[in-house]
Amino acid sequence: MKTKFRNSERELKPATTFRPNVDPNVVAGVSPRSQFRHAIDRLAEILISGVAFFTIAVIFLIFVYVGKEALPLVWGTSDGATIASPFTGPFTWQPVSTVPKYNVFPLILGTLKVTLIAMLLGTPLALAAALYTAEFAPGRIREWIKPAIELLAGIPSVVLGSFALLVLASWVQDAFGIVYRLNALTAGIALALAIIPIIYTISEDALTAVPRLYREASLALGASKAQTAVRVVFPSAIPGIAAAIILGFGRAIGETMIVLMVSGNSAILSLDPALPVRTLSATIAAEMAEVVVGSGHYRILFFIGTLLFLITAVLNWVGDRFNRRLRERLFGSS
Amino acid sequence: MGSPVKITVSGANFFYGSNQALHDVSMEIRPQFVTALIGPSGCGKSTFLRSLNRMNDLIPGARLEGKVELDGENVYSDSMDVIHLRRRVGMIFQKSNPFPMSSYDNVAYGVRVNGLTKKRIELDEVVEKTLRAAALWDEVKDRLHRSAMSLSGGQQQRLCIARALAVEPEVLLMDEPASALDPISTAKIEELIYDLKRTYTIIIVTHNMQQAARVSDETGFFLSGRLVEFNETKKLFTAPRNRETEDYITGRFG
Repeated sequence: MKTKFRNSERELKPATTFRPNVDPNVVAGVSPRSQFRHAIDRLAEILISGVAFFTIAVIFLIFVYVGKEALPLVWGTSDGATIASPFTGPFTWQPVSTVPKYNVFPLILGTLKVTLIAMLLGTPLALAAALYTAEFAPGRIREWIKPAIELLAGIPSVVLGSFALLVLASWVQDAFGIVYRLNALTAGIALALAIIPIIYTISEDALTAVPRLYREASLALGASKAQTAVRVVFPSAIPGIAAAIILGFGRAIGETMIVLMVSGNSAILSLDPALPVRTLSATIAAEMAEVVVGSGHYRILFFIGTLLFLITAVLNWVGDRFNRRLRERLFGSS
Repeated sequence: MGSPVKITVSGANFFYGSNQALHDVSMEIRPQFVTALIGPSGCGKSTFLRSLNRMNDLIPGARLEGKVELDGENVYSDSMDVIHLRRRVGMIFQKSNPFPMSSYDNVAYGVRVNGLTKKRIELDEVVEKTLRAAALWDEVKDRLHRSAMSLSGGQQQRLCIARALAVEPEVLLMDEPASALDPISTAKIEELIYDLKRTYTIIIVTHNMQQAARVSDETGFFLSGRLVEFNETKKLFTAPRNRETEDYITGRFG
């Protein structure tokens, strides 16, 4: 029986394995059909690259435009503004007085002050919340806590600003007994609300992406859940967490509407968080609509735009370098 | 037989929710023996292994009926300190999983979290001693403070063994420790197991029957959640008492 079966199998073989359904006149692999497919593939490739290049070009051209509008400062505008004016004279931003003063240091200091407050408040909160959700929260709580915080990221900043202006500002003023209702502290707290969801979401993803094997290895060594979270999971997720913080910082430094609404918009050169403050971004937003096109003031505003762009770019670069080195130390390669 | 017993499992039924993974498993594991667990995928041998140090506790809905005793102490009693249990019963995983930190910090991790010592000199000693015990010292002594992730797969697995040894366990559970390694690294791990059994009680899950035959003193054959046969390795492989065992070790299925 067995041999007979084998024989019949062998007889069948040629018919089942050799299928001459390819046109013998065409070289293997380049039938008209596969040529057509190849052409489609090429077309898709070109199309996708084209779209990508277009996007990059648009972003690049925006920067070129901003830079170009600021460029005449290099040889000086007709009303006497030069590339040096943002960095000279008294530390005052008075662009529309009879003798305009364009010193940007109060604006830079204001931006850094508000951003720093927002980061100092927002980062620990966001990271603690992320660690809690990723490592300790029971399944059901985690299921609604993450979407809830992510929803917070979708709140338009003008809504956050309104809340801060109408409610938060009074609370902060009462709690700290501050003279000025709108000040750097209030703006920083409001800004923290805007960056918490960003830092939270990305770092939570980074924490959840840490392989289960690390947790198991740690627990199997007799480490507690908390030790595992703090000493293994968190350090393993550091590259992702660093990226989250950098993104949060980028948002904080560029955020306009919230600071425009609640910072008080006074360009005061001071480290005191209880004083009103004016940021680079809010200055552009507040003054761009009323400035005479082509005037020194106009050029300086574009120069501030360039400055903001450069600050974020340098920051991203530094963060990237830091991240790379960290990755190398943790994982042995980048 | 009257010989000493390290771990006694009696009448263990294990459930993942309503799905029963182990059926009435009883087994006595002797100290300073290598006990191999073999069987086809999904037969419950890993579940059995992970119930010995309560790693299954991490899976929601998992529960064990029956008794697991370590030196006569019920592992699943309320008074059992799981953290202490896991220190006594170390574990090596299928996929080598060093933490993304330096080799030194990997080995020192268990010592640090258990607060065994804080002195740098003592820690250095533990690290060197355990790396030597894991036959890795000569290969990593010059790169102790570089990321463990840059080691080769076999080195990583030996590092994980060193990491487990550093907390001075009594029992080592190995879940297919060499299944992802090349033959040379596998041979090194097997040699290591041979050396380690003088000090530790080792239980190893393996898919590789030659490996079980080479390294173990006793072997248990699992099938569909039941312990079909448990015997001296030599006897089990040369004269299996059970038909299913014979079919499996001769390669008729699995």
